[in-house]
Amino acid sequence: MTDGIKASAADSRVTELEDRVLLLEHKLAALESKDPVLEMQHVEKHFGGVHAIDNFSVRIEQGQIHGLIGPNGAGKTTIFNNITGIYAPDSGKIIFRGEDITGSSPSRVAQLGIGRTFQNIRLFANLSVLENVIIASGKDATYNLPQAIFHSDKYKKREKQINEKAMNLLEIVGLQDKANELANSLPYGHQRKLEIARAMALDPKLLLLDEPAAGMNADESLELVEFVREIRGHFKITILMIEHHMDVVSNLCDYCTVLNFGKTLAVGTPAEVKSNPDVIKAYLGGNE
Amino acid sequence: MIEAFNNINNAFCGFLHINPYIQGVVVLLCINVIAILGMAVLTGFTRLFSFGNAGFMAIGAYCAAILIVRHSVNFLIAMVIGAALAGFIAFLLGSLTLKLKGDYFLITCLGFGECVRVLLNYFKKFSGGSAGFPGIPNYSSMLFSVLCAVLAFFVAWRFIHSKYGRNLTSIRENEVAAEAVGINAFRYKRMSFTFSAVYAGWAGALFAGYMMYVVPTNFALNKSIELITTTVIGGLGSLTGSVLGAMLVTLLPEVFRSLSNYRMLIYGFAVVLIIMFRPNGLYGYKEFSLKRLINRFKGKPKTGKEAAS
Repeated sequence: MTDGIKASAADSRVTELEDRVLLLEHKLAALESKDPVLEMQHVEKHFGGVHAIDNFSVRIEQGQIHGLIGPNGAGKTTIFNNITGIYAPDSGKIIFRGEDITGSSPSRVAQLGIGRTFQNIRLFANLSVLENVIIASGKDATYNLPQAIFHSDKYKKREKQINEKAMNLLEIVGLQDKANELANSLPYGHQRKLEIARAMALDPKLLLLDEPAAGMNADESLELVEFVREIRGHFKITILMIEHHMDVVSNLCDYCTVLNFGKTLAVGTPAEVKSNPDVIKAYLGGNE
Repeated sequence: MIEAFNNINNAFCGFLHINPYIQGVVVLLCINVIAILGMAVLTGFTRLFSFGNAGFMAIGAYCAAILIVRHSVNFLIAMVIGAALAGFIAFLLGSLTLKLKGDYFLITCLGFGECVRVLLNYFKKFSGGSAGFPGIPNYSSMLFSVLCAVLAFFVAWRFIHSKYGRNLTSIRENEVAAEAVGINAFRYKRMSFTFSAVYAGWAGALFAGYMMYVVPTNFALNKSIELITTTVIGGLGSLTGSVLGAMLVTLLPEVFRSLSNYRMLIYGFAVVLIIMFRPNGLYGYKEFSLKRLINRFKGKPKTGKEAAS
């Protein structure tokens, strides 16, 4: 009898604790969502006399998909290159999860948790699909040189984990059957997916996609939209993407920023942006 | 200690009836294998070309020789110090030059190799000048050299098949993408350069113990070029291919002694032919594997049977 009472008391205690944990988790999530994942403040970049980016600011909240659109030469890729450290901005600040990353090196930015893909796909072409993903898991390889040379337990354990994680990622993007094929032997759409899988191996908090639907037809870009959605759902990740296809943007993005000649034309939801007269003039056809 | 090693070696060679000529060829082969393994890591896996590795060999050789002869340091310790000094200098040189893009690194290495040779000629009191540095005890016996080469191969193999090798390979494949996945390309290039210099220094120290006498001209530009061509002939991106290349380049001149005057000419032809017909080298981007070889032999009759049925 007393046992029963004890058990029920313990049960209620457990549920009580669980509730508290839930509450704390909610609070934590609320706290996190207050801080934007990425914030760019008045970033400028000039190349000689050309203002590639002019006073660009953006705030991307946790879990959002943010689109960057604009005609060719609007400065979209330059913004990516400023975030990822390929260029240092001339002025302004880039803050990633509370840390100032303005002018950090590309490798440092990647280690902090910003994964990216490239407009013209950059895979490790002569390596296998699996190796491409494994290389990006470098931060999980915490062993040192002697441990690698003597194949210590730590080395074996870490290598096994990295391998499993890479296979897991390939499964998520649907390339597990091609793990041992050379990266450059994959068809174009699969190379795009592999590039995303490789970026995800960094466990990034922010994923930058540079024209993921470039060179794809309507069906393929629709498939890509689904794919990016799945990735977002699976990893709860924040995404900043450059895209030309308006249907991809309207389908995927929560917010978007429209650029023209380095200047920000409009910010808002895809629907708002589409009806903005400036945008229609500059981007969707100025002559009409 | 040297005597003990040499006695074991003599007993071993006596037992197997290996004559001194063959022993010498094997020692030379081992020295080349070690130097070329270093080149393989640098050129084959990182795609950095160095025309200065003979300079690092010279540093290893002179450092070991001077320590042993003038300061009577144990030869094993002297060899380790020689290799470490070469690595240290490569680390400094790499820190200065590896941030440069394009061909500047190659040119710096070329200049560095020549500098080492000229300095060794110039500082006569320190290095014996162009007359050479004599009186080095013969510690590079066949058995010891083979041990060194096996150890060097083992370490290089494990190095390449860990995250270090993977990161170097990713820099070779696409440096921008490597940076984008968090690999500090500069740091890893410097590591690769240091690694190759340590191996070159090690090979140099063995060379000093084999020749018992070192001259700066041993480590002239020709030697650097020989190292690079061997790596290209053997195969970029393959350690076993590089060993194969070292064997070819060391053993063929021994077989065709009468043609030794045309050596560089033949190298040139060999490189051109290889670039034309096997652009990845004899064993490029693949490691030799017994399994694959056996499978190939097994696989052929199988397909034959299938075709017949």
